[in-house]
Amino acid sequence: MDHVIIKVEGLRKEYHIGEMTVHALRKVDMEIRQGEFVAIMGASGSGKSTMLNILGCLDKPSGGDYMLDGVNMRKLNKNQLAGLRNSKLGFIFQSYNLLPRTTALENVELPLYYNSKVKAKERKERAIHALEQVGLGDRFHHMPNQLSGGQQQRVAIARSLVNDPVVILADEATGNLDTRTSYEIMELFQKLNDNGKTIVFVTHEPDIARFMKRNIIFRDGRIQREVAVENRFSATELIAKLPKEDDTDFLSA
Amino acid sequence: MNYTNLTKIAINALKRNKFRAFLTMLGIIIGVGSVIGMLSIGEGSKKSIQQEISSMGSNMIFVMPGSQRRGGVQMGRSDAKSLTLSDISQLKKEAMYLSAISPQVSASGQAIKGNKNWPTTMYGVDASYLDIRKYELEDGRIFTEREIKSLGKVCLIGKTVTENLFGENVDPIGQTVRFNGIPFKIIGTLKEKGQNQMGMDQDDMLIAPYTSVQRRILAITHIQTIYASAVSEEKSDAAIDEIIAILRKNHKLEADAESDFEVRSQSEMIQTFSSISNMLTTLLGAIAGISLLVGGIGIMNIMYVSVTERTKEIGLRMSVGGRGNDILVQFLIEAVLLSLSGGLIGILFGLLISYIATTLLNFPLVIMVQAIVISFLVCSVIGIFFGWYPARKAAGLNPIDALRHE
Repeated sequence: MDHVIIKVEGLRKEYHIGEMTVHALRKVDMEIRQGEFVAIMGASGSGKSTMLNILGCLDKPSGGDYMLDGVNMRKLNKNQLAGLRNSKLGFIFQSYNLLPRTTALENVELPLYYNSKVKAKERKERAIHALEQVGLGDRFHHMPNQLSGGQQQRVAIARSLVNDPVVILADEATGNLDTRTSYEIMELFQKLNDNGKTIVFVTHEPDIARFMKRNIIFRDGRIQREVAVENRFSATELIAKLPKEDDTDFLSA
Repeated sequence: MNYTNLTKIAINALKRNKFRAFLTMLGIIIGVGSVIGMLSIGEGSKKSIQQEISSMGSNMIFVMPGSQRRGGVQMGRSDAKSLTLSDISQLKKEAMYLSAISPQVSASGQAIKGNKNWPTTMYGVDASYLDIRKYELEDGRIFTEREIKSLGKVCLIGKTVTENLFGENVDPIGQTVRFNGIPFKIIGTLKEKGQNQMGMDQDDMLIAPYTSVQRRILAITHIQTIYASAVSEEKSDAAIDEIIAILRKNHKLEADAESDFEVRSQSEMIQTFSSISNMLTTLLGAIAGISLLVGGIGIMNIMYVSVTERTKEIGLRMSVGGRGNDILVQFLIEAVLLSLSGGLIGILFGLLISYIATTLLNFPLVIMVQAIVISFLVCSVIGIFFGWYPARKAAGLNPIDALRHE
């Protein structure tokens, strides 16, 4: 269980805005092993999102090396990166990013459409399985606007699972959700992790970070510190403690 | 690349945005449809005029006296007496390209029957006149050679005159009408021909032997017009040259003298009217061209806007593994499907317009294949290009930039 999934060495990212150069990441070294559940934390502008985008092969680093499951992404062209995203990565966005007017099932099928090895029948079976895994076995043909925020995020999680990635990357996946729904989503993530999925989760909320096993805290484009989480939250227990009639959701939302 | 999957993706994307797809297609439909419709109306009007003119006679050629100078004074055409019966007999003897020849003299006057009267025109002609002008006998007979020689007081009657003198459902054959005081016995009726394209009633006439009209009514010896039929349409020009040569010889004109007559043919009239309706076709074509242009700009706009507004979708597709080329092919398939189906509907729409318009205007239905092909090509090319071009730009973006696009 200690196979290295992500290995980052001397990773840099700079943006040029006019004359100014913004250093989003300055020489970051990091390692994430199989089965880990890591929170990348930090304030706005600390570089945590940039880090996740590079890990997700959505953005290119300015310098340094990034090995994903033994493949050095610096040596890959755009098409190969797309292939990598298709086969090894699952990405979850804060704003779900589901295709509008498209059923949950079709949204989940989307990554498999870009994998020509998967035939139509298998595509559908895998999408159904993924939706059942996230607890949406009865919502196959609902459109995103017929689903609640939590359900939409579950569809997005199913979409990230459907290609059986080596790592799931989540960007503020609970940022748009109320407390109870956030906990429910965290429960799902914990369950996935218990089943062996490696998950990297970006958040700025310390409460949410306590659901993970390890926290990496970014500051000004560097890793400030890393901590192993003690007294890790169990989402299932926390949900049980929430009042049954959820008036508090209004207050804490 | 998996084209089956990309085609499915493209079709699903179109289904998701039926209204937008319809709007895009609408530009193409209107562009293609209006070009086809307008040009078919133009061509139809041309064809209709041609048909009308050919209904005036069969390969008809007519000779009018030219205007003459007498002592320096230019005389009007109606005063000219340059055509004579000797011209007719000479033409009948010598002309090879003419199948029929008839003189014509006409007199206007009042036709009277009992207590009714009607102003009309009496044409004095030969028996072959009916064939040349495409008149047909409805009933009765045409006058004989003997009646022509003997200045017979017999005539054929047109529908309009019959109705005005006898009322409807009366057989006028055997009755007598007075024209300018002279009684004519009706021996035949003419089939209805309707108005010509200039609105003249072609049934408002009496037809009598030219000798009778010449001597009994007009008291002249010359003839006013010669009508003839060329043996075929292709020989029409040869026939004109032949007529000119024979008449010049018969009029004993010097080689450099101006002809004292003019020869006109039906094909010349067709050309004159065709040039008018060609102008009409050009005008309609220009309007259609503008609608094609406007339609094209509409297509450009909606294609460009819809691809731009879908940049985020493109980013999402890339983030789950779509390659730039996958995106490009998807949008290209969408554009091709929209353009082709829009084009096909446009063709049907254009044919419908053509059918309705030509039916209402009573034109023959002319389908212009060039109009169909050109308008279809123009719209498809515009549609496909402006689907492809912005998609290519979007497909070249970094996934994260496309995702962040608002």
